[in-house]
Amino acid sequence: MFDISPTEWTAIQLSLRVATVATLVATPLGIAVAWLLARRDFWGKSVADAAIHLPLVIPPVVTGYLLLLTFGRRGLVGAWLADHLGIVFAFRWTGAALACGVMAFPLLVRPIRLSIEAVDRRLEQAASTLGAPPWRVFATVTLPLALPGVLAGMVLGFAKAIGEFGATITFVSNIPGETQTISSAIYSLIQTPDGDTAALRLVIVSIVIAMSALIASEWFARRATQRLHGN
Amino acid sequence: MLRVDVTKKLGEFSIEASFTSEGRVTGLFGASGAGKTSLINMIAGLLKPDRGIIAIDAETLDDTSARLHVPPHRRRIGYVFQDARLFPHLNVGQNLDYGRRMNRLADDPAQLKRVTELLDISHLMDRRPGKLSGGERQRVALGRALLSKPRLLLLDEPLGSLDEGRKVEILPYLVRLRDEANVPMVYVSHDAAELRQLATQIVMLRGGRVTALGGVKVLPGAPA
Repeated sequence: MFDISPTEWTAIQLSLRVATVATLVATPLGIAVAWLLARRDFWGKSVADAAIHLPLVIPPVVTGYLLLLTFGRRGLVGAWLADHLGIVFAFRWTGAALACGVMAFPLLVRPIRLSIEAVDRRLEQAASTLGAPPWRVFATVTLPLALPGVLAGMVLGFAKAIGEFGATITFVSNIPGETQTISSAIYSLIQTPDGDTAALRLVIVSIVIAMSALIASEWFARRATQRLHGN
Repeated sequence: MLRVDVTKKLGEFSIEASFTSEGRVTGLFGASGAGKTSLINMIAGLLKPDRGIIAIDAETLDDTSARLHVPPHRRRIGYVFQDARLFPHLNVGQNLDYGRRMNRLADDPAQLKRVTELLDISHLMDRRPGKLSGGERQRVALGRALLSKPRLLLLDEPLGSLDEGRKVEILPYLVRLRDEANVPMVYVSHDAAELRQLATQIVMLRGGRVTALGGVKVLPGAPA
């Protein structure tokens, strides 16, 4: 039962890589977007807010198809990236990371935004009277104080990325060793006769990964909160 | 010299204030709601006047006719808030060092020693703000503002959040600051007795207007 086969290992490693890359790339972008939504008023803000949340509410297959149209080999952005930067997403693990990143983005942004909104602006004012220009106020006051939310967002995003299925399989298909993540491997296994045991193994693995991520985030959040309240 | 001549509308309330001051400690006196905090927020650059001029010595910080507004971080004006506003994620030492780091000033251990001794906070350096008493917090806030080497120090009711006993504890530090720190101050208070002990010049504010200017004699309830 607990004898994990090489194919399963590959899927597990690929999932971890895809989710890690997706989270690491999405986090700086997520922090920037969260800050804009929390601290700035601009024209079209509610539309931008809705657009970010879209992957949460439209069917994942639609997101995957839109990604294929945009970032596929013949897609507007995809063709340009392939020709000019040599970056190809279609049917590659990088495409899986892109799909997971897009799907995880709303979940990543939300806690960060809430925690930035919760940072006392009077502390930011105090920092500016002490000579800190806006970006240093952000780096030395806002961001450290919002850290628990950033970590929570990263973990939530990571967990979502690990579990992503619909958009990924639509965009980059289900190629073992390249785009077959834990979720798509489970999907393939339960369609195969005698695949049940292997599927169950991967189910357990995915639960363990998700649980570890949640426990880790709780622990980080507690540490960070303690640090902020001067204990 | 501080020169202020501004108007600002804040909802129903409006400020139309004009004064110049050369004193070491300018006392901004008025009841709550007189516009004192809005006025010094304008001096600090946290609030933009609708119209007018704010200048320190020869340098203009706000001039609406020239569309000039120097942002707070370039004003070199220290601000001690009523609620201290220490950074909760930094210890006392790091709070004190913040202004120096942001202004990229050279390390100045002698000045640090002088200020921490003046305010009696050298033993608190490793503590977090959450572990300080109200009076200690206010003293650290004073030190933090001073150590950013401001050319003007704004104090917004720095004793306002403290009880009587604590006020008596802090007041001597403020007197020492006035006599030793060599930084001109604008001291906001609704307490005439406090200002009588500290201020060298008074700007009296009521309903957003300056109603009296002069020495501490203009304060109400002066002893005969």
